[in-house]
Amino acid sequence: MSENPLRDAIDEAIRENEIILFMKGTPEAPACGFSARTVAALQALEAPFAAVDILPDPRIRQELSALSGWPTIPQLFVKGELIGGCDIVMELYESGELAETLGVEAPAEAPQPAAAEAAPLSIENRLN
Amino acid sequence: MPSTDELKRRIEAAIPDSTAEVEDWTGGGDHFRAVVTSPAFAGKTRLQQHQMVYAVFGDEIGGAIHALSLKTQEPADV
Repeated sequence: MSENPLRDAIDEAIRENEIILFMKGTPEAPACGFSARTVAALQALEAPFAAVDILPDPRIRQELSALSGWPTIPQLFVKGELIGGCDIVMELYESGELAETLGVEAPAEAPQPAAAEAAPLSIENRLN
Repeated sequence: MPSTDELKRRIEAAIPDSTAEVEDWTGGGDHFRAVVTSPAFAGKTRLQQHQMVYAVFGDEIGGAIHALSLKTQEPADV
C-alpha cells in the first residue's frame, strides 16, 4: 500500500476489470460528447465494460492522469493497459480493430455510433 | 485563451519536421482538433503518438485547452 489510497483504488479497479472506462457521467447519461462516443462504440460491439464517473471528485481525474500519463477523459483500459481516449477508440472502431482489442466478437453488422461525427456540444461539467 | 495559430506553432516547434492543422472545433477557443503529420511518429503506437502531442501542452490540457482531439500520421500515410 502506498500513502495514496485513491490512487491505489484506481489502480486496483484497472487491474480487476478486464475492460474499464473512466468517463464523465455514466454510460446511461454521459456528460460529455467524447465520453458519449466512446460508450457508443463499446456498446455497438456489445462489449461488457466497467465504467467510472470521474466527475464527483476532481481528485479521481488527477490521480488517474498521474497514473496513466494521459491528460484527458475518457480513458479506456483493457487488461490493465491504457488503450487511449476517444480519438483512438473511434479510430480503432472505424478500422474494425476495436473488437480484437477488447477481446470480443464483432457483431456481424456493427452499426456506426450515432454521434460519431458530431462536435462535442453537449452539456459538460466545468466545475473540475 | 490559446489560438489555433499558437497551438499549430507550438506543435510544429516541438515535434521534429511536423506539420499541424489545427481547428477550433466549437468556436469557443477551448475545444481544438488537430491533425499532426511527422516522420517522428514512425515506429510508435497511436497511443505514444498522441502522448507526444499532449506532452507539448502539459497541464494546459484539461485547463485552458479543455479538449484537444487528435489525429496523428506519418508523412507516408498521407
